[in-house]
Parts: sequence; structure tokens; C-alpha cells
Amino acid sequence: MLGRSANAIFWMFRYLERAENLARLIDTGFRMALTRDHLTAEEEWRSVIETAGMRMGYDRQNGTYTGIQVWNYILRDRENPNSIRSLIASVRNNARSARNSITSEVWEAVNGSYLQLNDLLSRPVTQGGIADAIATVKRESTLVRGAMDGSMLRNDIYNFARIGSFVERADNTARILDVKYYVLLPSLSYVGSSLDNAQWETILRSLGAERAYRWLNAGQLSARGIADFLVLDQRFPRSLRFCYAKIRSNLHNLALQYGHEVNAHAVMRNAELKLQDKDIDTIIDIGLHEFLSDFIACNNDISNAVATDYRFVD
Amino acid sequence: MRMKASDTFDEMVDGDSGVRPAYDGYRAWFDEQDPRALHRKHREAEAFFRKTGITFNVYGQEEAEERLIPFDPVPRIITAQEWRRLSKGIEQRVRALNAFLHDLYHRQEIIRAGRVPEWLLKDNPAFLPHMSGFTPPGGVYTHITGIDLVRTGTNDFHVLEDNARTPSGVSYMLENRETMMAMFPELFTRVKVAPVSNYPRRLARSLAACAPPACQGRPVVAVLTPGIYNSAYYEHAFLADQMGAELVEAGDLRVVDGRVQMRTTLGFTPVDVLYRRVDDDFLDPLTFRADSMLGVPGIMDVYRAGGITIANAPGTGIADDKALYSFMPEIVEFYTGEKPLLPNVETFRCMEPDALKYVLDNIADLVVKEVHGSGGYGMLIGPTSSKREIARFTEKLKANPKNYIAQPTLALSTVPILTRRGLAPRHVDLRPFVLMSPNGIEITPGGLTRVALKQGSLVVNSSQGGGTKDSWVLEE
Repeated sequence: MLGRSANAIFWMFRYLERAENLARLIDTGFRMALTRDHLTAEEEWRSVIETAGMRMGYDRQNGTYTGIQVWNYILRDRENPNSIRSLIASVRNNARSARNSITSEVWEAVNGSYLQLNDLLSRPVTQGGIADAIATVKRESTLVRGAMDGSMLRNDIYNFARIGSFVERADNTARILDVKYYVLLPSLSYVGSSLDNAQWETILRSLGAERAYRWLNAGQLSARGIADFLVLDQRFPRSLRFCYAKIRSNLHNLALQYGHEVNAHAVMRNAELKLQDKDIDTIIDIGLHEFLSDFIACNNDISNAVATDYRFVD
Repeated sequence: MRMKASDTFDEMVDGDSGVRPAYDGYRAWFDEQDPRALHRKHREAEAFFRKTGITFNVYGQEEAEERLIPFDPVPRIITAQEWRRLSKGIEQRVRALNAFLHDLYHRQEIIRAGRVPEWLLKDNPAFLPHMSGFTPPGGVYTHITGIDLVRTGTNDFHVLEDNARTPSGVSYMLENRETMMAMFPELFTRVKVAPVSNYPRRLARSLAACAPPACQGRPVVAVLTPGIYNSAYYEHAFLADQMGAELVEAGDLRVVDGRVQMRTTLGFTPVDVLYRRVDDDFLDPLTFRADSMLGVPGIMDVYRAGGITIANAPGTGIADDKALYSFMPEIVEFYTGEKPLLPNVETFRCMEPDALKYVLDNIADLVVKEVHGSGGYGMLIGPTSSKREIARFTEKLKANPKNYIAQPTLALSTVPILTRRGLAPRHVDLRPFVLMSPNGIEITPGGLTRVALKQGSLVVNSSQGGGTKDSWVLEE
């Protein structure tokens, strides 16, 4: 396949994943703010912007952090290249550019999502409309994934799509953890305080992990348990370890199809070594923040190695 | 301009006496339909087009808005007998065009013989000196041609334009048929219509048959598109997909080891036949426009060395020139030794003083076009223009007469479209698509019917609010 098409497929799925994660982030902020006093709510929305990595762009336009400002900025601001509206347009542009690498089912799911979201986000989203907007983003992204799963050949195209999805997901999980890492530090957390519980819940909710975590841990919330779950659990589909297992397997499939490995495979192995044989106590000893910063950098290296080795650009 | 009903040939309705034979079967079916159901199907079809992304971008619009080309669900129908006659004329014309292009870039016998004047080539930007003395692989210049036809009476078809540069619209021909079959499957069991769906396969075969000397094994065909923002991107992607060819952009291609190669995830791999949807000017920044981002530096050298086939051949665009068009009767006769089977529309070359005088005296009744223009831009339709528009255009015409030709306003035939109040006649044209390879010429039955949706309007271009119809050639 063309390097440019591989690039388009890769970024199409990165942006799709990013849009879905942002929707989840807004959802979390919204729920938190509902149960808080005014000041804490504002703090919560500031944290959402921070986690989304949009602080600079947001501050240029706004002086305060109200819910309606924040979610409209993330959902539909045209000048924000990472707003969900911009991302969905980028997903579609990449799908159009790689139109001949995807099935009609995938294309129609992407195009349908774009048409629906573009219409939904053409007007400011009110408090009454936010739940619907978030649900629509999640549903549309699920539709695209489903069309992909049900109609695509398991070849290089599919593997580039999956690598894009999981590189982005690992990055998002690590960033969400990193913004809130201090909440999970034993020295700072006073176990049992309602504030910390709520903060932990925020982290879990932002990653769609709340129910899974409760179910596995019989409702026991602990900082260590949460960090362990989000970094090292092999079953949870947004944990760092899970994402790496997927990327490794998709890279392996590429090597099988193409008949040889490339540098990206070595980069991947190195990155994975840092997750292997570590338990969460060791990671907390190293420093969770340091660990996550290193992880984000390594993850980025994988993405760059894939782009270079498979000739995404000239 | 409003045509009086009596001036205009309607392809379905025959005066007061009823329906013409071509539409017998369709009209019987139509009369049994519930109009509300027809309208509902029509709306569904538009929603389907939108969902599948069959859209085009309009140049010069800020928002790069993607628009649908309106689709009308009433087919345009041609009998087998009419088509036989038409296709003979089309084939003759395309053969002549191809022979003319070869001559133009070699000995120029037709100019020596005094049948066309030399000024046609001089200062004509579409004439490419780089092509002189070179014969494209298989001797084919016009791999794909679209011949625009208009009808004015039972047996009166005229050629309005030749499109040999990069004719577009074939995806609409194919999608319109798919849509009609999906909307009204029972109709196709009652009326036997010649299929069009094998066009992409024929195109792939036809292009592969023109592989260059350097080709080893099965020819690799690629479609070169300017990219996703081009107005016809949908068509480029559609054709590549249907042919099983790669859809490439300039950035994917590079000259490596004397071949034009595309960058794949595994390295560079040669392209044998490039179906380019990029104009000559942009094809090679080393040879033509240096600022082109849409072309491949060095591709012309590879081409001339037999390393790649470019379809259509560079320099073919001169066939679209409207001054040249006016010489087509002479050109057809010179190369085929026969009278043209399909007549031109009478054309006045404004560079000739007598013609210019006539045009200026009668401008309110004429259509005046730029010789290099296309897409319905840069033209004046006298009868529908205001005095001011005519005055302004007259100034431009006087300032540069050789840039213009003029034609009488034709009473284009009408075919009904579906409106809220039932069937209503609208003016149409027809663009059949012609494939040429060393193995011969293939014409897909029918083509693209463009229809002016506004009552009385003669402008069918999609960029100016025209729509399309499915075009049927009946089977015997």
C-alpha cells in the first residue's frame, strides 16, 4: 500500500480515538461539576482543559472556566485543532484521502458520523444538549470501529489502523494519569477523605474504567489499586500494558505480511521492557510522574518509528 | 432564454399525439406509479448520495462546501437504432481526433495541405512543442474522450464540444444507473436497458493495453489526482477503486532509476500507466509550470524515454480548443476520407473580420465562448443576458477577438424531470464516454445526461446549477 495511505489510516484512527477520549473527559467534568460547589466546579473544569492539553489555546480566548465555555471549546471551537469538531473533520479528510484503502462500510460510517456531528456541533451546546452530544460522539466512534471490525481484511491497512488507535489510547491514558498523578501518591493522599475518593473516581471515569474497577475490586478504592489497574492490568482495554500488547501484536502482523521486521519492532521491544517485570510499587518508587513522562516519550518514539520505517512521508 | 414549446424537440412527448417510441415502456410504468412514492424515493436517493459522499467541490467558494449534483429520477432514453447511428459518428470523430493529434505533433500534413491554418497552433498554450516527434505508447493520444452532444430534432444530433483533456463525469453515469436500479428494480425488468457497469473494467483493460516499452509483466495502473480538495476527487477515488488501481497524488511519485515510481510502505515501485486527472501545465514542474505542486519532476523525460504511459497524452488538450472545434468537419474528412457523420454546431471565428462583424451585429441572438474556456465559465448567452452584460462582453470581444467564437442559440431538446407538479420538460445534453486503445474504440452505451433544472435554462453545467439523469440506451 502507499505510504501516504498508511499515514492517513494511522492518523484517521488516532484522531477518532482522541475524539472519543475527549468526549469521555467532558462527561467526567460534567458529572463532577454537578456534585460540587461553584469554586470546586471551576477547578474541575480547569483540570479538564489541562488534561486535554488545551490550556494555552483556551486561555487565549477565555478568562474563566465555566462548564459551558469549556465543553464548547473542546467540542466545537473551530480554532482549536483538537476540538472534537476539528478532529472529526480530520478523521473524514484522512478517510477520504485513503478512500481506496477502506471499505464502503467504513467510509459510510465515517461520513455519516461527520455529517451528524457537524450538524450537532454547528450550534453552541447547552446544558440540556451536552449529554446527547457526548453520547453521539461515543456512538459514532463505536460505529466506525464496528464497521472496521466487520468489513476489513486483516492486512497491513488494518494493522496500521490498530497501531494508530492504540498508540493514541496509550498516550491518552498516560496523560490523564499524569495530570492527576499527585492524587495517587501515597504521601499526599489521605485515604478515606471524600475529596480524594472523588478525584480517584474522576480518573477512573475519564478512562471509562469505573465500573470495571469496582467490579474487580469489590468497590474498594485505593490509590495503589487504581494506578496498578490503569498501568499494568492485562484485561482492561485502556491500560498501558494492554495497549502495548496490542501494538506489539499488530507490528508483529506487519512483519509477517511484509516478511521482515523494521526498526520500529526494536523500538517497541525496548519500550515494552520498561513495563515488564515491574510492579506498581516499583513504579511508584521510581516516581509515577517520571515513569509516565518516560512512557509518553517512548510511545511517541514508537509512533515516529512506524511513520519512518513504513514511509508515511517522503 | 425561454424556448417556445413549438421550437423545442421534446424527447418523450411527441406533440399532442403522445409518447415517442423510446419512452413507451417507461411511460406505461410511470403512469402506474404513486407520485408520492416517486418523490419519497427521490429524497432517499439524495440522502444516499450525501451519505456515500458523491459530492463535488465548487471552485472559488470560501467554505469548500461539498455539494450534491442534483439527480433527477426520470431517465433519458435513446433507442438502439438511434444509438447505433450516434456511436458510428462518435467513433469516426474520435479516430479523426487521434489521427489529427499524431499529425499535429509530427509532419503537420493537414497544415501543409492548407486544410487548417497554422495560427491554430501558434501561441496556443495547449499545443506542447515537447510532444513533437514523439509517439505515445500504442499510438494513442485520446485514451478517454467525452463528446458533448446536443439534440434539436428526431435525427438531429450535433457535437457541441470535444473533451479530450481530462473529461469528467463518468462516475455519475455509473452511480446514476446504480441508484436507478436500487430505487426502481422492477422498472429494469420491464424495460431492457444496455448495461454501463463494465466501464471501469474496460477502462482498466484499455489503459493496460497501452503499457510503455519499459513495462515488465502485468501493467501497474495508477490514477493521479490533485487530492481531496479537487472538485472531481470523488470520481478519481471511485474510478481507481473500481479499476483496482492505486490512487496517487504528486507526493507519492518520484523518478527513481529512470522510472516513475510510487512510494509504498515497502519502498518505491514503478507505475506503468498513469491515468492523470491533472492538467498538462501541472504535470511536470521541470518542463511546464515550475510552481506546480501537483506534478512529478522529470516525468516528461521518463515518458519520452518509454518509461511510462500518460493518459491522456500530454498535448491532447488542444482538441478541446473551440477555435479548433470549428475545423472539425475538415479534420474528420482529411483523416477518414469520409463526410462527418455527426455535424458541428455552426461556429463563427471572431478572429475573422467578416465573422466578427456578424457576431457583433447579432450578439443578442448568439452564444459567445472563450476558445480556451470550459465548464460554462467565460461565456455569454445573448438571449438571456441583460443589455449591460452584452455591452460589457462586447468590449472584451472587441479587445481580443481571436479569443472568442460564437454559435447560434440552439433549441436544445428537452426531457421531462420530476417536479412537485409532475413531469416538466427541461433542456439536456449528452456526454458519451469513449475509450481508445491499440485494440480499438469502445463506447459505453449512453453516457452522462446533464439537465438544466431551471425552466427554460440552457445551461446544464453542474457548476452552474445543472443536474444529471440516468441515460438509457434500449436493447433490441
